[in-house]
Amino acid sequence: MDSWSRVLRREWFAYVALSLAVVVIVLPLFVAVVGSTHDSGTIGRGRMPLWFGQHAGENYVQAWTMGARYGGAGVQRLIVNSSIMAFTIAAGKVLLTVLTAYAVVFFRFPLRNFFFWTVMITVMLPLEVRMFQTYKLVSDFRLLNSFAGLTLPWIVSTTGTLLLRQHLRALSRDLLDAAKIDGAGPMRCLWSVVIPAIRPNIAALFVILFLYGWNQYLWPLLVTTRGDMETVAMGLVKMLGGPEAATEWGVVLASAVLTIIVPVCVVIFMQRYLVQAFAETEK
Amino acid sequence: MEERAVFKNKLLPYLLIAPQIILTGLWFIYPAVVASYQSLFRSDPLGIRTTFVGVQNYTRLFSDPRFFSSLRVTLVFAVSVTVLSMFIGLFLASMADKPLRGRKVYRTLLLLPYALAPAVTAVLWRFLLAPRIGIIARFLGDIGIRWDYRLDGVQALFLVILVAVWQRIAYNFIFYLAALQSMPRSVIEAARLDGAGSKRTFWSVVFPILSPTTFFLLIMNIVYSLFEGFGIIHALTQGGPAGATEILVYRLYVDGMIYQNINRSAAQSVVLLVFVVLLTALQFRWVDRRVHYG
Repeated sequence: MDSWSRVLRREWFAYVALSLAVVVIVLPLFVAVVGSTHDSGTIGRGRMPLWFGQHAGENYVQAWTMGARYGGAGVQRLIVNSSIMAFTIAAGKVLLTVLTAYAVVFFRFPLRNFFFWTVMITVMLPLEVRMFQTYKLVSDFRLLNSFAGLTLPWIVSTTGTLLLRQHLRALSRDLLDAAKIDGAGPMRCLWSVVIPAIRPNIAALFVILFLYGWNQYLWPLLVTTRGDMETVAMGLVKMLGGPEAATEWGVVLASAVLTIIVPVCVVIFMQRYLVQAFAETEK
Repeated sequence: MEERAVFKNKLLPYLLIAPQIILTGLWFIYPAVVASYQSLFRSDPLGIRTTFVGVQNYTRLFSDPRFFSSLRVTLVFAVSVTVLSMFIGLFLASMADKPLRGRKVYRTLLLLPYALAPAVTAVLWRFLLAPRIGIIARFLGDIGIRWDYRLDGVQALFLVILVAVWQRIAYNFIFYLAALQSMPRSVIEAARLDGAGSKRTFWSVVFPILSPTTFFLLIMNIVYSLFEGFGIIHALTQGGPAGATEILVYRLYVDGMIYQNINRSAAQSVVLLVFVVLLTALQFRWVDRRVHYG
């Protein structure tokens, strides 16, 4: 690579453009962190300075343990709930997707294509077009305010099935034939030949699905009525409830910062998987 | 090419797909069927009697000016978010594709909004732009702009578009960047040798090669605006003021949740369903083509 100054001289426009973009992207996050260190009274009077204040301790303690006064559970609770929800959704989706893709690629059976397209069709049925009907079903099963109700309706993945089907098709069949000759049955082949071979793809899929589950908003809003079942995004917005002048911005922002840490860490440390999964979905 | 079966089991494949098929039927297909069915009926306010009314829920919907205003808002929102976020995403990706130092840091920072839920993004921006409180709102006040998105419909729509674009740039950026980086350098260098300037090289050589990515992103962004816009609008404006930010999904939610009119909201579900089916049909056609030639 060239020296700093030569790259800078040649590509100054790119540096300026990217730096500007980074400022715009980081600004709301930075201001949220600053806001979380001021007391809500100062913020409410419109006097917040653009630098850190003295009230971080009390804001974060209140956010972590009890949340804001007018609604929303403590962040502690929100993070536990969202972790359970996101993990269950991602793990469930990956498991069922692997099984489906395995059956569709390595077996021949009547109605195989019909079943494959049944799964594909769900991409046309986002929650938003069937929210009240799905809600009714969950409520009839008495699953409101439960993790089963939060997660079960999500454990189906069109993209995942499509992706893994492609990876399995690309897998060498000789590998499976060899295992068969060694006396391995279909489940044994799945477990000790197929899954190890596509482990990186599964990891990438898991990361994307985890973020997806973590960021759910409308569904938890519908099926949770008890504070102790709230999840991060909806819990955070609930903290803005009550009279606008009384919004405890310091606590709300501390909560926002705390709940953002998890997905931000995923993006920073699992970026390789994310980018890989993106590159695959498009194909 | 049809591959041969590796295993000959008769029952096992059904057991393998059963969980996913059962969940799909129960949570996806059944509710969608119920919604279509409900859209043909009307219940009295107490929900005691239900009568078949044919397409009357639809004809009422299509003669309701509120529906058309909601359709217009949806269109403005979806087109603005899609065009702006794709254009900016492509621009930034082409900048980040250059041999810069610190490229990884730029990439990570620009990718951050992808990690956030739309509603959380809305909370962050609400803090910046809350009238009289937010730092940008205060700045706007200082330079003489009366900023209050709770009263001004145009400002409200501008705000929700701004928030959606801010969040969506990350997604477009990373897809375009991946496409650019997998592009053969020789193509670009050949164009350069033919004397094309860098702007011309980009629009006449690079951009056409990116067209599958552009098409994919086009559909993904429209679907995002149609549905994920809900979180932003619910957290910021609740569809207001006076319906200025009421996209179709939000109106459907309000009709079912607040007015408890399940039949009217079911008719809207079906209308939205038609939109999604059209969009995904387009996308699947494209997937097919890729499978053939790719």
